[in-house]
Amino acid sequence: MSTTEAAASTGTNGNGASGYRWVGTRPVRHDGLDKVAGKARYAADLNLPGMLYGHILRSPHPHARIVSIDTSAAEAMPGVKAVVTGADFPEAPPKGATRNLMCTVIARDTVLYSGHAVAAVAASTRREAKAAAEAIEVTYELLPHVLNISDAMADDAPVLHDNLFTRGVEPRPTEPSNIAARTVYERGDVEQGFAEADIVIEREFSTQAVHQGYIEPHACVVDCDQEGKAVIWASSQGHFKVRSATAEVLGWDTSRIKVIPAEIGGGFGGKTTIYIEPVAALLSTKAGRPVKIVMSREDVFRATGPAPGAIIKMKVGARNDGTITTAKAWLAYENGAFQGMAAMLGCMCVVSAYTLDHLYVEGFDVVLNRPVNVAYRAPSAPAAAFAMDSVVDEIAERVGMDPIDLRIHNCPSQGDPTPYGPKWPMIGLRECLEAIRDSDHYQSALPAGQGRGVASGFWFNIGEASSATVNLNENGTATVITGSPDIGGSRASMALMAAEELGLDVHLIQPVVGDTEVVGFTDVTEGSRATFATGMAVVEACRDLKEQLRKRAAKTWDCDVEEVEWVDGSAVHGPGEQEPLTLAAITGNAKRTGGPLGATASLNARGAGPAFSVQVADVSVDQETGRVTVERYTTAQDAGTAIHPSYVEGQMQGGVVQGIGWALNEEYIYSDDGNLENPGFLDYRIPVASDLPMIETCIVEVPNPSHPYGVRGVGEVGIVPPLPVMANAVADATGVRISDLPLSPPRVLEALTAAES
Amino acid sequence: MSRTHVNCEVNGDAVDFLTEDGESLLNALRDELGLIGAKEGCGTGDCGACSVIMDGRLQCACLIFAPEADGAAITTCEGLASADELHPLQQCFLEGAALQCGICTPGFLIAAKALLDENPDPTETEVRYALAGNLCRCTGYDKIVRSVLEAAVQIRTPA
Repeated sequence: MSTTEAAASTGTNGNGASGYRWVGTRPVRHDGLDKVAGKARYAADLNLPGMLYGHILRSPHPHARIVSIDTSAAEAMPGVKAVVTGADFPEAPPKGATRNLMCTVIARDTVLYSGHAVAAVAASTRREAKAAAEAIEVTYELLPHVLNISDAMADDAPVLHDNLFTRGVEPRPTEPSNIAARTVYERGDVEQGFAEADIVIEREFSTQAVHQGYIEPHACVVDCDQEGKAVIWASSQGHFKVRSATAEVLGWDTSRIKVIPAEIGGGFGGKTTIYIEPVAALLSTKAGRPVKIVMSREDVFRATGPAPGAIIKMKVGARNDGTITTAKAWLAYENGAFQGMAAMLGCMCVVSAYTLDHLYVEGFDVVLNRPVNVAYRAPSAPAAAFAMDSVVDEIAERVGMDPIDLRIHNCPSQGDPTPYGPKWPMIGLRECLEAIRDSDHYQSALPAGQGRGVASGFWFNIGEASSATVNLNENGTATVITGSPDIGGSRASMALMAAEELGLDVHLIQPVVGDTEVVGFTDVTEGSRATFATGMAVVEACRDLKEQLRKRAAKTWDCDVEEVEWVDGSAVHGPGEQEPLTLAAITGNAKRTGGPLGATASLNARGAGPAFSVQVADVSVDQETGRVTVERYTTAQDAGTAIHPSYVEGQMQGGVVQGIGWALNEEYIYSDDGNLENPGFLDYRIPVASDLPMIETCIVEVPNPSHPYGVRGVGEVGIVPPLPVMANAVADATGVRISDLPLSPPRVLEALTAAES
Repeated sequence: MSRTHVNCEVNGDAVDFLTEDGESLLNALRDELGLIGAKEGCGTGDCGACSVIMDGRLQCACLIFAPEADGAAITTCEGLASADELHPLQQCFLEGAALQCGICTPGFLIAAKALLDENPDPTETEVRYALAGNLCRCTGYDKIVRSVLEAAVQIRTPA
């Protein structure tokens, strides 16, 4: 285990080298005190007078037709105030995203996975609600089910949706199937690429479905009134999305719904959608009382998430000098019960860390009787990287090249084509590779008996819509209101960018997450976009304010506004005939110069900067038990610019550890009858503190030219490399290459035993 | 349904509440006493988000029946700070950026306090094992472990 001192973070930011006064510093986050004092209010922490408790009844079967639902016994039970079933909701359209959302929230005529919501009860106490839900009599006609990709793609597979015809196949299929879509990306001529290769490696990989594993179960309180208005308190990655999705499921106008964001107890992509809010809203409407629904951990595992499992076949050619000549990939991703786009994303990511003249990538999105996929940190990229970077590691070994040098040799740069079409903008993959190559970790000798693995990872990052309002208060402080929930320190980032723009002490800025009625529309927090896109809105509003402040100073001085500059938080008279006016002096006098100062910016953020991460780990493998122990871990990631380096490091470290969990232990385990066998943290084992060393970080900063401070977005890419890093390190330690995750003790032991015999 | 009258001490205050048989101490703290710092992450004692110190022992409040608390002394996250000062663990968590979403933070603070009450000078490994019953999905534990070690130093050597 590494020592604390040796593992000290080595970020390049936070040392003032950037020339910024506030950006790149590490103030205590503004919402921190409430969170260490136990005062912060998450959705389950709210209780309203007269509030009822909702409980959702879920299907015990993976695939069945609902013949009938009898709620009479439940309605007669003590404390019961309302009961709803799918029949109480608007009819779903025959297909499409709206149907998928509506039928995920509550099943209509068919249940498609064990855990699928079927009916719900609101009652005076939790126990009354649960007892009544269990008294609802549902008659099912069981249908055959499919739980894995191979079975679901088979010609004779039971079909989940009789109106699902594979997209991306010409001619259009005449029979429905579980293959929702086929995606292809190609360039050059792969056969030529293989002909140019000295070695060709062909392997098949598999990964298992995993859950995002946020510690806070989904929760909401919904209060509907007699005029048809609903107030929703919910924990989510985007309260405007809660509003629009709830309206979509209920067939309501969005203006009927106000969503107040509670603190969110982790999301990682899993809270970019909704499950319970429309159910609570209908129960509340029926009962005329507020209704709270809090999922149990078992429900969270059975009915939310997961990230999909995948099967990936790779064939890669390379010359003896380490040049990768071509790659051919076949990817199939689970989608869950309804169509998603997991395979499409996997196709776009699988070879993105490499320059290739010839490639052919084909992906299949497959529906099966499992809960519907939801985003999980760089969705689809980890499995894709596991496949490609495992093969790349083998190539390095075969040609006798250092695995980092081989990656640098094949590294794309600005202007090179991406595998999916456009050219790369300014990216920092090479800088990340060099940072790991030059790190203390990589330069240190590998301790005896251990194995070392490296890998790289890519994620797009996105922009989307964001809004911010910045108000200057009469005492010279500022309030920054945004529509992005604070998942991991974004309030502090917003405040730092506002401080930098206005020249105001960050402690004089109060960042607030506004509800759907106090701030402009803001898309859900996904694609590592909050600090990038919502940060741009904050900066734009602050720049508007600086113009206003200059005008107020000009008015005060009775001079031309062009003579006024904004410097370090004060208006400065260019000709030097006036004493500078501080922000507080201007706001204190605002009533006499034109009224209060405030600005709002709403924008579609363009130019999100692609993210790359490169990581190295040393592991030991217990030959008797197959247990893999992570002895040392270092991650380098291009942040563009680190606004608050501590929380950038936190995103990097958190992503790495989630990836380690995916690689080593986590997996959904289904019984043959289609029920999840490990729906709890005892049997679905996420990493704990004693499993891990310190996670050493190196923040690489290749600024994104599209953002005023160079931000890329740091939330996701960290989870991508750990899967191949672990596999490559285990291969180095044992000489045995395992291509099926997780590398859990039984699987590793089996592989070691097989290799011996 | 008959309810049980429970008398206990929470964060130094004598309190009492009525509870149904079979109700957890966690629900009693949150619903009857309004102490929302302890969270329910799993309800099965696997995540530690509901950690409290009861009669000197670290416990998962979700695994304790509320009537069992009768006569007990309980410390929750809300009881760590004094009127004018945070507990060193709280201060170190803030300064060390040891929280992201913060849902697990009250449980970690309580588990760390239980550790430092017993062992004021733990090694990194001892901290990691003492906190192994608390799940954090955001941080990868790095900054939590560092912050606990720093708090231990501060508690041993007050300024």
